[in-house]
Amino acid sequence: MQFLFRYANPHNFMRLSGAVLPFTAIAATLSIAAALYLGFSAPPDYQQGRTVLILFIHVPAATMAMSVYGVIAVCSLLSLVWRHPLSDTAARAAAPFGALFTVLLLFLYLGYMALWNAIEDETRAARAAAILALVGAVNIPIIEFSVNWWNTLHQGESIVSGNLAPVFLAPLLLMMLGYMLLFVTLWMVRIRTAILERRARNLMQGAAP
Amino acid sequence: MNFDMGAYGAYIWPAYGVSVLGIGTAVMWTVAAWRKAKAKLASLEQK
Repeated sequence: MQFLFRYANPHNFMRLSGAVLPFTAIAATLSIAAALYLGFSAPPDYQQGRTVLILFIHVPAATMAMSVYGVIAVCSLLSLVWRHPLSDTAARAAAPFGALFTVLLLFLYLGYMALWNAIEDETRAARAAAILALVGAVNIPIIEFSVNWWNTLHQGESIVSGNLAPVFLAPLLLMMLGYMLLFVTLWMVRIRTAILERRARNLMQGAAP
Repeated sequence: MNFDMGAYGAYIWPAYGVSVLGIGTAVMWTVAAWRKAKAKLASLEQK
């Protein structure tokens, strides 16, 4: 826990993220480009034909949607329990990207963002949004296992069970990696932006008569 | 690489189009917000 507090104070975060950002941005671009190349070079699936290409964007987006909500829940817990100085900023910065990656969790994300904007006092807004995030996290395992629990047109879990041919698995995993790196990159930039905005607000308040 | 989608092009290309549009918008919005915040802070620090 001490490690987390040492490296996640705003000053250290700006220094560390500034050094890491170019690498995550390049790695995200390369992963997505390689996934697209392998995906469009893969043969048609015996059952789904060329629609298997949708798998390469749908699965990473759905995975990221759930993962980003998990990130928000963890940051919210850190904010509520340990009053970590950067965790509410990190949780807030992650929400728009989570909303982008999903339609399944869209309303939870919209509710979370609306709550942040509805309450003017940032400390109260952070606490209310953190509680909502933790309550909403109950949905994550339900969504994750729904493809196996209920019989629908949606195909069952195929990655862990090994039911996906390597020719489709490689571009899928690369695209998932690319989406994850893209999220990390954009998330860091959003947190950095929020830190600068906070500094600007403090300067303006200090200058006010 | 094979870009022939056969009869499924009407489903596949819009799915990729929406993804590109969404990711492109997110990247542009994030970079624009960062630049704006940086410029604002710089001007406040100069005062």
